[in-house]
Amino acid sequence: MSALSSESRRANLRGWSTRSVAGIVMALFVLFFVIPIVWLLLAVTKSAKALIVSNPFSAGSWSDLVANWHQLFGFQDGAVTTWIGNSAVYALGALVITLVVGVPAGYALALTEFKGRRALLVLTLVVMLIPSTALVLPIFLELNSIGLIGSPLSVILPMSFFPFGVYLTYIYFSTSIPRDLLAAARIDGCTEFQVFSRIALPLAAPIVALVAFFSFVQNWNNFFLPFVMLPSSDGYPVQVGLTSLLAATPAFNPSSAGSDSVQLPTLALATIVSILPVLFVFLFSQRFLVAGMTAGGTKE
Amino acid sequence: MTIAPPSDQLTAGASERRRPARRNGRSAGRTRIGYVFVSLYALLALAFGVVPALYAVVLAFTNGDGGFAGIGNFTKVLGDFRFWPAVLHVTVYLVIWLIALVVFVVGLALLVHAVRVRWVSTALRFVYYLPGALAGASSVLLWLFVLDPTASPVSGLLKAFGFDSFVAVIQPGHLPAIFAIIAFWTGAGGWIVIMYGALNNISTEVIEAARVDGANAVQTALYIQLPMLRKWIAYMGVMSLAAGTQLFVEPQLLSQASNAVVPNDYSLNQLAYQYAFQQNDFNGAAAISLLLLVVALLLSWVFVTRGGLFEKE
Repeated sequence: MSALSSESRRANLRGWSTRSVAGIVMALFVLFFVIPIVWLLLAVTKSAKALIVSNPFSAGSWSDLVANWHQLFGFQDGAVTTWIGNSAVYALGALVITLVVGVPAGYALALTEFKGRRALLVLTLVVMLIPSTALVLPIFLELNSIGLIGSPLSVILPMSFFPFGVYLTYIYFSTSIPRDLLAAARIDGCTEFQVFSRIALPLAAPIVALVAFFSFVQNWNNFFLPFVMLPSSDGYPVQVGLTSLLAATPAFNPSSAGSDSVQLPTLALATIVSILPVLFVFLFSQRFLVAGMTAGGTKE
Repeated sequence: MTIAPPSDQLTAGASERRRPARRNGRSAGRTRIGYVFVSLYALLALAFGVVPALYAVVLAFTNGDGGFAGIGNFTKVLGDFRFWPAVLHVTVYLVIWLIALVVFVVGLALLVHAVRVRWVSTALRFVYYLPGALAGASSVLLWLFVLDPTASPVSGLLKAFGFDSFVAVIQPGHLPAIFAIIAFWTGAGGWIVIMYGALNNISTEVIEAARVDGANAVQTALYIQLPMLRKWIAYMGVMSLAAGTQLFVEPQLLSQASNAVVPNDYSLNQLAYQYAFQQNDFNGAAAISLLLLVVALLLSWVFVTRGGLFEKE
């Protein structure tokens, strides 16, 4: 009896200590992931001096935030505004082409028969699995030989080729759309195009949104492609523009101390501004994305 | 959902009778629309997938005047004094990053999955996932601050390790670990969410059976859940390995921010960039890109052909 109770107490103790170790590990990782973000949000509310002397986790003031904001958007006569506009044009332009081109392609690969279908499918799969940066320099060399470098098209068109999006729509159309439904629409007199536009496409709305999400986030965050393709600052998207700001920050580049120099809190603000659209999309599409993913996956 | 109004019953019957003839017409129509629908995508795939790869092959085997160069460009880049150090840098980075990824992602996914309280589990996944919104240059920039002891939120920690200045933190020996930390910080959360989803797919009966047989949580994780995650772990490993060989933005920004304490030819992609933009040697750049592309293609090929990964158990 007493042996049993001490046994169970030891098991209990072991369970308790396992659980607390697990809790500590998870909490440490929460700190690891969260501290930089919290610090960043606080840093933009401080002056350059306060950033260095004050407690890293104290808040600054509204007026300092406004001053940082003015310094950021005053940089090189409003270059930041131009960069954000460029990012929007590139990311949205590529997004529209990706959807217009990719969704019908996924449908055709899944539900129609044509010569070269298998080859195109394998190509899609292979390119999807190689990192997108692997093709950047080859694409640069190609576009350079036809003189397209520096044009917005030199980033929009390569970004529009989005095999992962085609793969997602392909999987969805081939697993989750009942063929009988499409056959019924045909019997009712739908043309082949109407079968796609009136039946298949509306059903695929969640997956189209998912493709749009991935495409937008990837395009907005793309660094290497525009960095290579666009030589002039006027054409930079905001991610590449960050390098200009970094180059003008004396704390990281002592030779840059001049009239148009950037202070640390301003650089921190630039970091936040550069990801705001993506953060926005992230926060507001969480629930919807989860719904989309399960809608695509449950009927296999 | 209403698919066909009742009045269409008659026409439906009519088409039923004429079926054989219509079938052929229909399937031809379907083939035609197939071509129309994939044409633009096929064009993009050619222009930005196949042609650049082939053009890189051509450039890699020719010289500046367009004459055949054999393997001249490859011996040139392999003999470059910067090439093998770059390979070493990327390799050390990959080893650290992949080990960290496998150990911590799988560990955290198992831990979070074991959390009974629903909102805690959801909140944990969200917090781990959130840094994923800061990708590329933004996350590197943020980490420049974190690694600079004058402004860092963890300056106490940095100083405890004896790092008093930014330059002391980013010494060459530390760089692979630093890049691994940055990559882990941005990317791990996405994988944790994926692993968590995979754990959810393990049937509760299996877990229950193990528990009835007397397995505790740790044993269940080691002998049931871990083997069932194997495919996803392999997937994560292969994808991350391929992506990691492409290291560019992290050393590029760090090189810029450190007044070249970090060299601007630290990684292979940077070296290829130097060839193209500093030396105007497109053939050399093509040779390096091709080597990287071949590595990526091999990894992806292994994956597609041995792809039992996406079959059902």
